Amino acid sequence: MFNKILTPDEAVAGVEDGMTIMVGGFLGTGSPEILMDALVRKGVKHLTVIGNDGGLAEGQPAGEFAGKTARGIGKLLDAHMVDHVIMSHVGVNPRLNEQFADGSLKYTLVPQGTLAEKIRAAAYGLGGVLTPVGLGTPMEHELDELGREKKVVEIDGKKWLFERPLFADYSFIRASVADKFGNYMCSKATRNFNIVMAGAAKHTVIAAEKLVEVGSVDPDIWQVAGVLVDTVVEGEKKWQI
Amino acid sequence: MADLKARIAKRCAKEFEDGDFINLGIGMPTMVADYLPEDVIITCHSENGFAGIDILADEETLDVDIINSGGQYVTALPRAKFFDTAESFGLVRGGHVKATVLGAMEVAENGDLANWIVPGKKVAGMGGAMDLCVGCPEVIITMLHTQKGAHKIKKECSLPLTAERCVTKIITEMAVMVVTPEGIMVSELHPDYTREEVQAATGVELIWPDEVKPYDED
Repeated sequence: MFNKILTPDEAVAGVEDGMTIMVGGFLGTGSPEILMDALVRKGVKHLTVIGNDGGLAEGQPAGEFAGKTARGIGKLLDAHMVDHVIMSHVGVNPRLNEQFADGSLKYTLVPQGTLAEKIRAAAYGLGGVLTPVGLGTPMEHELDELGREKKVVEIDGKKWLFERPLFADYSFIRASVADKFGNYMCSKATRNFNIVMAGAAKHTVIAAEKLVEVGSVDPDIWQVAGVLVDTVVEGEKKWQI
Repeated sequence: MADLKARIAKRCAKEFEDGDFINLGIGMPTMVADYLPEDVIITCHSENGFAGIDILADEETLDVDIINSGGQYVTALPRAKFFDTAESFGLVRGGHVKATVLGAMEVAENGDLANWIVPGKKVAGMGGAMDLCVGCPEVIITMLHTQKGAHKIKKECSLPLTAERCVTKIITEMAVMVVTPEGIMVSELHPDYTREEVQAATGVELIWPDEVKPYDED
């Protein structure tokens, strides 16, 4: 019988060294912590990680970035599991610049809105997107995440930057509520990249704070279709500060 | 210094009207929210995920699912709308966020802006700044007029750009300036400074119209 429910360790069992993963979250808010913990236990190396930012590092001063323990992608960086990050912001988690400086980590920067659209293009079958963002900046001339040159396209006299879709092997997502079929919703500002990343990878895995039986809630609450979700993991906790 | 920044934030707050939907960047631009008039409805965009930022959360109002783009826990107004990153930046690129307020390292005479990277220094990334500068019809720069005496308003930017020809207005402690096709025009001058002092602090020839208003700061 068709069953998507796995434990966190089972859910990450197929992640291999050198794979590309995408992880939801914005400075840790909305990151699937139990899946990050399972990846650290598995100890895979040389990952390429797509996300908005590097989450938070262990011991990072709380202050304005509330929280005392590592959050989200920060856990993978603390464990030196990442070779390449594809992100819009790399300034908050200090592990990023430390690992850029020691040569163990490389980065590709993508403007935040463009990053979302590249991922959405991958999930929804588009050949890429045309955006005005990045024209006249280093984004126009720097190679993309796979070392390809970018193209400037002129249509009806207006210039656009062509950005290709961004795929991954795994998407790791936090859901506030999900049903056992994988339909899910993300509360408030935890939506961030947790919506577009579904279906942009070969395997989409969600970690739910609350898991309900199929049909037990009004299906009108779901933001993302369970048909995009391959694996559902239970036991994500609301963030504690 | 703190007084000068408050002056700039206060002046910037006068740019907005009832019904506006705006984005305030991190740092001095965030201070603008403290001076917005209370009898109008202005909605602030938090690019990480909602429209309708209220204030910093306290122990009673804390919801760990609501942060602003600087990672601080905040509260949302009753009229708030939460959204994902694609929708958030669709609003931005689509021109639906009327204005963005940002700091700058350099602004060029034609409105080019550099505020995201200094080659060779620690890398932060652009976050949403490029999208905001391209998408918002008004890009308002709030900054101290110089970097300890070094010009920030220049003929051309020497640093990598955030976006081309995007800046519409510059508000400093000395003056309010509008970027026009002819160059940078002073619209308001602070009484603490002379025209000569402002010109000397600026790397381009400023345009002085017949009537320059006093800096509106009360």
